[in-house]
Amino acid sequence: MSITPGFQGRSHRFEGRLPPGQYPTESFPVLSAGPTPHIRAEDWSFTVTTEGGGTHRWDWEEMMALPQEDVTVDIHCVTRWSKFDTAWRGVSLDAFLSGVESAADFAVVHGEGGYTTNMPLEDLQEGKAWLVHTYDGFDLSPEHGGPVRLLVPHLYFWKSAKWVNGLRLTLQDEPGFWESVGYHNYGDPWREQRAWSD
Amino acid sequence: MSAWRRARLVRRQEQSRTGRTLLFDVPQWPGHLAGQHVDVRLSADDGYQAIRSYSLAAPTEGDGIELGVQTVPGGEVSPYLARDLPVGADVEVRGPLGGWFVWRPEQRESVLLVAGGCGIVPLMAMIRAHRLERSTAPMRLVYSVRDPAQVWYRDELAGGAAGATVPRIVYTRRAPPGSSRPPGHISAHDLQTPEEAGASPALCFVCGPTGFVEHAAEVLTGIGHDPSRIRTERFG
Repeated sequence: MSITPGFQGRSHRFEGRLPPGQYPTESFPVLSAGPTPHIRAEDWSFTVTTEGGGTHRWDWEEMMALPQEDVTVDIHCVTRWSKFDTAWRGVSLDAFLSGVESAADFAVVHGEGGYTTNMPLEDLQEGKAWLVHTYDGFDLSPEHGGPVRLLVPHLYFWKSAKWVNGLRLTLQDEPGFWESVGYHNYGDPWREQRAWSD
Repeated sequence: MSAWRRARLVRRQEQSRTGRTLLFDVPQWPGHLAGQHVDVRLSADDGYQAIRSYSLAAPTEGDGIELGVQTVPGGEVSPYLARDLPVGADVEVRGPLGGWFVWRPEQRESVLLVAGGCGIVPLMAMIRAHRLERSTAPMRLVYSVRDPAQVWYRDELAGGAAGATVPRIVYTRRAPPGSSRPPGHISAHDLQTPEEAGASPALCFVCGPTGFVEHAAEVLTGIGHDPSRIRTERFG
């Protein structure tokens, strides 16, 4: 480490809650690879596809009929901002996966426009992930992934795919969109798994 | 984790009232692609460290890298970099980073660059790489700023840096005297030239604040650009 002359930091108060290399933000930055798609709730659906090709599908009303949960979590973007106490409402992935027969260990999440991101299936189970449709009491806006995005707060936020429309269960791990262009395959913020080399 | 490298500030240049470009010397810099960025790390004397990302404004040239810094009012890092870091002092950098919002000289398709404010920075690296490599791929820049004082790289752009065509500068609040276009947000007319209508679709790079990128990307899809051919990067 080399001292930067005259530089005074000021984020010390978040020690213990801020993963290494992150800074807290009050705003809610938007990051996406391309234009924002505008999807109406009535046109939205979510399909789980098993490794054998079987499908399970929910439309908006079917999702809203599942048990709803309010979730308040910290989120961490690989571009180094963290946001504390974000408040969401949605459905646990456990509710979607409970009736799905699969031997898969991995999942590829699909978003509108061909976006994909991968993770071990267990990272989506046992209360660790949700499909969310409400942020801070309001309908999730399109630029933040509305009408429905994935929320996986324990991983960097690129894993929380916007405009989510599907989940494909796979026996082999398959790198997704950002994972194929240099981002880390898993993305644990507490271990600073940002890039391939980390 | 890839290594942090020492970066010595060589020169600071004013681009707008709140925008600066900083030229650093980074020994053994491995090179980068136009559009990539770096992480910059500052260390206080009590051990506290702050890290932010900044876009590279120019193609690789030896060990020199140029970063664009827009001062965020009340910011922890940008005001320090823009005003206080002494020439000759060191920060640390890590990179290059980013493999999506990049232009490679071997790409042959036409390119439309759409910048809002300080979003010009990574696009300037593409313009300069295009010129340096003598690329014949058509490349066009549409640059949206609030008023004439906000134009970064004014002289270089006026010199026809962006390929064969002069960049189109769109003023949203106040246009220079004699300007035929009334101030206003970027429109389909600004983004489309008559000769491009019906031509093979360009690869588009859009960079700027979120509101600008949302608007510009919607105008682009509205005039028929395939969303999969539009790459976006947002600041703030």
